[in-house]
Amino acid sequence: MPSNQSTDLLFELSQPERRCHLLPESDVPVKDKLLPAGAVADAPPPLPEVGEIDLIRHFVNLSARNMSIDTNFYPLGSCTMKYNPKRHERMAALGGMANLHPLQSDASCQGMLRMLFEMQTILAEIAGLDAVSLQPAAGAQGELTALLVAAASFRDKGEKRTRVLIPDSAHGTNPASAAIAGFDAVTVKSNARGFVDLDDLKAKLDERTAVFMITNPNTLGLFDAQITDITRMLHDKGGLVYLDGANMNAILGITRPGDFGADMMHYNVHKTFTGPHGAGGPGSGPIAVRSFLAPFLPAPVVTHDGNSYRLDYDRPKTIGRVRSFFGNVGILLRGYCYIRTLGARGLREVSEIAVLNANYLLALVKNICEVPHGDRCMHEFVASARTLKRTRKISAMDIGKRLLDFGYHAPTVYFPLVVPEAIMVEPTETESKETLDAFARALQGIVGEEADFLHNAPHTLGISRPDDVKAAKEPVLRWKGPKG
Amino acid sequence: MDLKKLRFAPTHEWALMEGDTCTVGITQFAVEQLTDVVYIELPDVGDNVFAGDSFGEIESVKAVSDLYSPVNGEVIAINTALVNDPTPVSKDPYGKGWMIKIKAEPGSKLDKMMTQEQYEKQISSGG
Repeated sequence: MPSNQSTDLLFELSQPERRCHLLPESDVPVKDKLLPAGAVADAPPPLPEVGEIDLIRHFVNLSARNMSIDTNFYPLGSCTMKYNPKRHERMAALGGMANLHPLQSDASCQGMLRMLFEMQTILAEIAGLDAVSLQPAAGAQGELTALLVAAASFRDKGEKRTRVLIPDSAHGTNPASAAIAGFDAVTVKSNARGFVDLDDLKAKLDERTAVFMITNPNTLGLFDAQITDITRMLHDKGGLVYLDGANMNAILGITRPGDFGADMMHYNVHKTFTGPHGAGGPGSGPIAVRSFLAPFLPAPVVTHDGNSYRLDYDRPKTIGRVRSFFGNVGILLRGYCYIRTLGARGLREVSEIAVLNANYLLALVKNICEVPHGDRCMHEFVASARTLKRTRKISAMDIGKRLLDFGYHAPTVYFPLVVPEAIMVEPTETESKETLDAFARALQGIVGEEADFLHNAPHTLGISRPDDVKAAKEPVLRWKGPKG
Repeated sequence: MDLKKLRFAPTHEWALMEGDTCTVGITQFAVEQLTDVVYIELPDVGDNVFAGDSFGEIESVKAVSDLYSPVNGEVIAINTALVNDPTPVSKDPYGKGWMIKIKAEPGSKLDKMMTQEQYEKQISSGG
């Protein structure tokens, strides 16, 4: 049954005087001239006027078009779209958590502060590092915050370091964060096996280097076993190593960034520790650092004196605030529930099964589509449609779009940039063998289809191929009145 | 355009040296890899550029990539048409899609760059 009733814009559904609600007359005396004349509109704004049933159909039917982890398998590489337990939603909705005001006194929200303090401690332990800031709102802000902390530390020591080195397989946020933090981003090549090219790193590494940012496991889903050599090289030159924690789902409880030499890292709590994410938010990107960097962390941090918890603002070397109040507390709370539910053994099992699932799917997919970087992977792998493109004009984009017809969210395509026609698949630990088998069967079917048919996929959805170029060049960001 | 006259960089720029004027664009292969090009950012006339350093950026629906200069020199012309509409880069990368002209430093040579034959060998062996 098509569920497209009332899915036009609310402005288009609008009929004069139609209402959802009748509001009582104001019982507050209307006072003239509360606002300066220039600030008062001549006429009320043309808001849409709709009945409640139209409003409800509008949003319910639009929501039914959405694809989410609750409706479909979502193997979007690099994004860790694991199932978000509904129990966390109940915990996050508890009045003692959900109804707090951020300006309440410390004494009146000890439960929340205890949760945040324990989260700081837990994240430090999983990282193998010493101190944590929960403030950054998502991973990229965590990167930026950590780089600002590194810059403050070098400044404090009187060292002038201007460069951040970043492998060519990195997330695009890494060079962006480096640039915004005021560094020059310098690219380090990958070798043929997809790891950091140590010769290239050596050539580019000198006393100007502040930080080397590395994702490990990297974006090809491979653990770079040279990591201890890399961290030693950096430390020998006085530089720091930043670990992009996007791929923590592969190594929880198995190894710790601090143990392999990283000095700073961020988490994506919404990914690794379940926050309902995708479609823009919300995230949570805490950072963990070694003790010598701790004085520079954003203030406040939560402290505990043995009796009570409080927000400590008295941090003379802090880089300042990076986010209003205490970060995205709702996501931190969900992550806390997840970590406490699973415990240390359970978290390790998360990574073991995430890696097992990815390797199982890799074994199926490599018979369908080439996987350039090896027979084994960590929690995700990168296939390539390069040969299909060359021989039959079938691109990664065509395959991703056609998967939508089969009820699968497309994998990440065209990333990382070091693999042509990349198809990046991350199944996560929460998917069953049956789901992975069915996905591989769908993929097998798709690569057997006619190229022309695939170029026009998806064929079964309300929207087929939006004009990406026009959307990027001439975005329509607001309603501009009736057409014509 | 006779591709035999051009020289190619591993980063997929082409260069044509005529006297001391070096014209630069990106290759057909680069255009295919980028797919739909959205924006191009070019330097200003009079800017200095340096061999191996970025002189601008090209953004497609897939990625933003740096454009690298093959020589040291001064920018003497840019293809202003591309800034409003980058389509010529995709349609005619070796002709109307040229990007900048550089007055190369005396003695500049392109002999470290690849010939068409060498470049084609590079892209068929993995880009």
